[in-house]
Amino acid sequence: MSQRRSLWRQFGTALSTLVVLLAPIALLLVASWWLLCALLLLLALWLAGTRAGHQTWSVAQVGLLTIPQRLGSSLVVVVGIAGVVAVLVAVLAMGAGFEATLKQTGTDDTVIVMRAGAQSELNSVLDHDTAILVSQLPQVVRNADSQPMASPELVLVASLPKKATGMDANVELRGVGEPAWDLRPKLRITSGRKFKPGLRELVAGKGAQAQFAGMELGSTIKLNGQSWTVVGAFESDDAYDSEVWGDADIVGPVYRRGSSTTSVTVRLHAAADLDAFKAAIASDPRLKVDAKSTRAYYSEQSAGLSRFIRILGITVGSIMAIGAVFGALNTMYAAVATRTREIATLRAIGFRGVPVVLSVLLETMLLALLGGVIGAGLAWSIFNHYTASTLGSNFSQVVFSFEVSPALLWTGLKWALAIGFVGGLFPALRAARMPVTAGLREL
Amino acid sequence: MKYFHLIWAALLRRKTRTAFTLLSVLAAFLLFGLLDSVRSAFANAGAGVAGVDRLVTVSKISFTLSLPKSLLARIEALPGVSKVTYANWFGGIYQDPKNFFANEAVAQNFLDLYPELQLSTAERQAFRDTRTGALVGEKLAKRFNWKLGDKIPLQATIFPQKSGSNTWTFDLVGIFHEIDPKQVDRENVMVFNWDYFDEARAFGNGNVGWYITRVTDRNAAGQVAQAVDALSENSDHETKTQTEQAFNANLVSQFADVGLIVAAIMGAVFFTLILLTGNTMAQAVRERIPELAVLKTIGFSNRGVLGLLLVESVLLIVLGGAIGLLLAGIAVSTLKANVGASLPLSPVGGEIWLRGLGLMVLIGLIVGALPARRGMRLRIVDALAGR
Repeated sequence: MSQRRSLWRQFGTALSTLVVLLAPIALLLVASWWLLCALLLLLALWLAGTRAGHQTWSVAQVGLLTIPQRLGSSLVVVVGIAGVVAVLVAVLAMGAGFEATLKQTGTDDTVIVMRAGAQSELNSVLDHDTAILVSQLPQVVRNADSQPMASPELVLVASLPKKATGMDANVELRGVGEPAWDLRPKLRITSGRKFKPGLRELVAGKGAQAQFAGMELGSTIKLNGQSWTVVGAFESDDAYDSEVWGDADIVGPVYRRGSSTTSVTVRLHAAADLDAFKAAIASDPRLKVDAKSTRAYYSEQSAGLSRFIRILGITVGSIMAIGAVFGALNTMYAAVATRTREIATLRAIGFRGVPVVLSVLLETMLLALLGGVIGAGLAWSIFNHYTASTLGSNFSQVVFSFEVSPALLWTGLKWALAIGFVGGLFPALRAARMPVTAGLREL
Repeated sequence: MKYFHLIWAALLRRKTRTAFTLLSVLAAFLLFGLLDSVRSAFANAGAGVAGVDRLVTVSKISFTLSLPKSLLARIEALPGVSKVTYANWFGGIYQDPKNFFANEAVAQNFLDLYPELQLSTAERQAFRDTRTGALVGEKLAKRFNWKLGDKIPLQATIFPQKSGSNTWTFDLVGIFHEIDPKQVDRENVMVFNWDYFDEARAFGNGNVGWYITRVTDRNAAGQVAQAVDALSENSDHETKTQTEQAFNANLVSQFADVGLIVAAIMGAVFFTLILLTGNTMAQAVRERIPELAVLKTIGFSNRGVLGLLLVESVLLIVLGGAIGLLLAGIAVSTLKANVGASLPLSPVGGEIWLRGLGLMVLIGLIVGALPARRGMRLRIVDALAGR
């Protein structure tokens, strides 16, 4: 009977430990910065204002001041956590950068029209008549000359050597007409000029220029035996930066595409007209096309890969965090063990358990915070705006830069604090539970 | 070996510390196993001995562009060419875009060039006889629970039918098996008859996506590739011919430099690990200095003590690392079974284990070196006196 009761008690202790452990971690990971600041303020007030607070602070001070004596093992906590945070922030920044690049592309009031069923522009083919029919729909804005603001575009892929590796990679080549520029107000020519209609001239996006060889102003590249001159560079801080633009009427024949296009982008009077526009398409039996707002189209393209990268980052981060937790546990147990006599003396002269627990916890969390700051700083200094590229859904390189945002740095710090909390709690509890007499006898 | 119990006792001296160290080592090597599995999956996509005698010919401008079918006869006539086949990417969707798998239209002699894809004679005959017939790999069939005789509808993303319909329905007539276990991901492919595809598609008829050429002598593959490209030089459909291996490697490298990312992460992990276990070992040795002095007093040589300490640290890392790799293997196989066979993970097999064990021993030696040297150099008198 009593055995069963003690079993129950053990189970209860384990359960409550779990709750004590998980609740603050959950709180830490979801907490916003102001909540944590408020907690910090409360802690500071408690440390300064109450007797137990004073005791905690003085015990913690001893712990902190003796860190130089066990520099090596304290460094383990700092470096271990810095590693976790750096890797976590860097990988998440990669996903965030890719997502941001594609999500910034497009607007709600411009619509991209592709052949029914096509997942990306590369898969789509529209004949000349379809392109005309779509641009004549009433929802499409007309400019001062009462021409529809519609841009039939031809997306193709060219294989060119990459600067970094010298290996051929795919660059997206977009054949456009005059309306294309008006439909992308964000896009601006940063050097050189636009291509002249009718000539074999190209303008290169900032990203494409950085990743591919032979994209400097005035240099020529060969496509199917013909030379094209790069006459300008443009920048729009989104997915278009990875593209190279040329005149649709010249690009089409080179690729034996004739007058067909891959997509038509149109501007609507208002974003709300999309449904009416779709209905107009559906009611015309000659049109077998799908319409999407350009924002939705580009967001969809980022969904799969950025989700994959996020999962990867969190998995790798979690496994590393587990390793770091055990490292911190080892260190703090050792730290508590070396201070056994000191802590026992404190308890003997009247210090209570809570200050002892909190001071050890405080010390670990401060070490963890230092590690988190170092890790986040490393990730930020190495990877912020680091440019990379990957294969996008048009089978061509999408250039993007890592985005180490304050939110990500904050996430990294929260992970650091959570690791510090777990790594410090158990050693702290052991320090407080230690029988005073045994501790004093310890050598 | 006779001192094994001595080393074991040293490890068990502080059970919690050893356990925590083991767990950190375990975490590090679990990560190593998973990441190396991803890396090998990407690396193997471009490797495999099977692909070296096959050449892939695609349009020089970009492999998304098609080539005229008239090239077929001209390539076949080249010296050093044993067989030529052609195919076209279809890019159809089964039910939902999330169910992605490769599907392509292939010529009748496709299987002759891919002897590593095994198919029974009856199914081979059925593929030949059924116009709308399709073959899928074992893994793919398992994934969607397809059985012979099933009708598989695919939504076209590129090629609508002449009738205007976007749905193509194929009859499953055969399930093939890849014999090279490293290349099992080839079983995630569906192929169907070229003739049905070419007659029914709305545009592009008569053009092919790419040619696969098998050369008679793999050492002459380079010359044959040049000869194939020479056929279309200065025409409006210039080609680029590479070995299948090089083609795949190039395609994979376009996704990302996976090797670099993995190396960077593992660098951070192992750096931390060395620091962490190094500190633990140093602690363990510091605590035991009087004991080590006793060992020396009763006749252990300096080298003996060095060896004992080194073996102890290697044993610690190998123990944790082996459990970590074991867990990584389990994780990879459960992920593949439950999430999807198309995940870029290769099974944690011999090579990964070999690399992992090498790393474990290396890290064990690095970590043990300093503490072991300290143990070796200590002077008995000072150590016993606690100086």
